[in-house]
Amino acid sequence: MAKVFIYPATSLILSDMVERWGHSPLGAAVAVREHIQTPGLDSPPLQMTPDDPKRGLKYAAVEVPSGVRGRMSLFGPLIEEADAAIIVNDADLAFGCMGCARTNELVKYLIRKRGIPILDLVYPACDEDGVAFVAAIKAFLSDLPGGVP
Amino acid sequence: MTEYIPTHVGTVTKYVFIDSPDITPQNLSIRAYEISQGIMIKETCFGLQITGTPDEVGRVIGELRTLDPSHIFVKDRGFPPGDPRRCRANLGGARPGYYGHEFEVRLLRYISRGLDRLAACERDGIPVPETSPKKPPAATRLDVKRLKKIIDAEEP
Repeated sequence: MAKVFIYPATSLILSDMVERWGHSPLGAAVAVREHIQTPGLDSPPLQMTPDDPKRGLKYAAVEVPSGVRGRMSLFGPLIEEADAAIIVNDADLAFGCMGCARTNELVKYLIRKRGIPILDLVYPACDEDGVAFVAAIKAFLSDLPGGVP
Repeated sequence: MTEYIPTHVGTVTKYVFIDSPDITPQNLSIRAYEISQGIMIKETCFGLQITGTPDEVGRVIGELRTLDPSHIFVKDRGFPPGDPRRCRANLGGARPGYYGHEFEVRLLRYISRGLDRLAACERDGIPVPETSPKKPPAATRLDVKRLKKIIDAEEP
């Protein structure tokens, strides 16, 4: 079973596809769950503490806004842990403020820099696109270690 | 700051989305109650939220998927159901994350069609149609003429 980072990290479709074909999806929910199940100081809503932007310094410089560094403290360890990645490039749901936009750019850059297998896609817009989308993901996941043939 | 004592430690929560013409969230929840042991199940308008130990949740979801494999979709959730930091009962308005689901749920019919076609090809021993997926467009720069037009269109 391979660990597959999904982008957008909150994608329902990618999370389902990865799990459906026997791998483990690495998305935002995994990182958020770890935060909210760890005892510490109460810091709602996501239990992000002042230590998190400090952890984000590993991925982004100190001049970078703390929002980016905070987000990177969630996504950075997942990217390091990933054996492969699936990226959907035209995701409207990944749109957000400048913190989100810069984090998105940094996440994609770090994934590519790692040199792991990557599948680049766009969302389907018709039935034929849907077939090609699903077939491409299945073929990609089957080639990974522990994939369902 | 006060001390934070987490609840539901060691559990996982999964969303189960159903986009089927044959099965409703109610059917799904009844089936989940029939086969589950010691997990929390919450029926929602789009499907279910299931919270429990990873093994038990995985087993129940595996069973539920067999009801309609190409129309049931599963996703991890960070928070347990009803968590006051996320639940709309406390916050009002749509739950954060709802808009992402709303966007992707509109595309599920294409995914279901793809899953059906792949399953049919495997069943009949036919090779999967070789259609390459759409690739992301190459990054395009804003044309200078277009930029000038935008600047000229600005109100003084």
